[in-house]
Amino acid sequence: MFRRVELVRGHWDPNDAVGDFASQVPAAGGIATFVGKVRPDGDVEALELTHYEKLTLPGMEKLADEVAKRWQLEGLLILHRVGEMFPGEPIVCVSAAAKHRRAAIEAVDFAMDHLKSNSWFWKREKRAGVWAWIEPREQDHSDLARWKD
Amino acid sequence: MPVTLVFLGKLADLAGVDQKQVEGPLDWQGLLDELHGPLGSAARQDRTRIAVNGEVLADKAALEAENGDEVALLPPVSGG
Repeated sequence: MFRRVELVRGHWDPNDAVGDFASQVPAAGGIATFVGKVRPDGDVEALELTHYEKLTLPGMEKLADEVAKRWQLEGLLILHRVGEMFPGEPIVCVSAAAKHRRAAIEAVDFAMDHLKSNSWFWKREKRAGVWAWIEPREQDHSDLARWKD
Repeated sequence: MPVTLVFLGKLADLAGVDQKQVEGPLDWQGLLDELHGPLGSAARQDRTRIAVNGEVLADKAALEAENGDEVALLPPVSGG
């Protein structure tokens, strides 16, 4: 299985990454992709994602292991921005390639739920020039609970 | 080389620094003694986790760090 799991530190284009990824999985019957962006949401001026070197990427690798165990995939791409970004900019890109669509779609859904609520990132937003840390949302935890067997 | 404390997310704001060095050995009570005011309260919260050299502790009260170790204080995550 082709696999690429990385933190992205500057400006990037997920479309380029997905294009490269698609060329690595010629045996796939389908590719599902999710790209999350900084929501152009009222008065948010900027968003910053902090990570912890010793945990964040190793945690993403473990998540990729788990995804690869649960679904038979041809390839898996997990890219996550860190640092300061602005409304409309991409934060996260998950793409899964499989023989059939359901495995690809479910793998992306699972990976996103876990990136949102179970990965080592801390987010703050700037509004009217003032930074404030974002608390976890209850919705993220109930999204995660969907996958408990 | 002392123990390095690493503060993540809002804990870095409460600490006023990202990192701080303290003399080891360091247990849970010793750590709390280093963390004043709101930082100490935040560290005590159930949802604040502790990692030693990249390993998250199941029970943070079992903290036992030596000089050279890196102890990270991890508030609840909010990613994606």
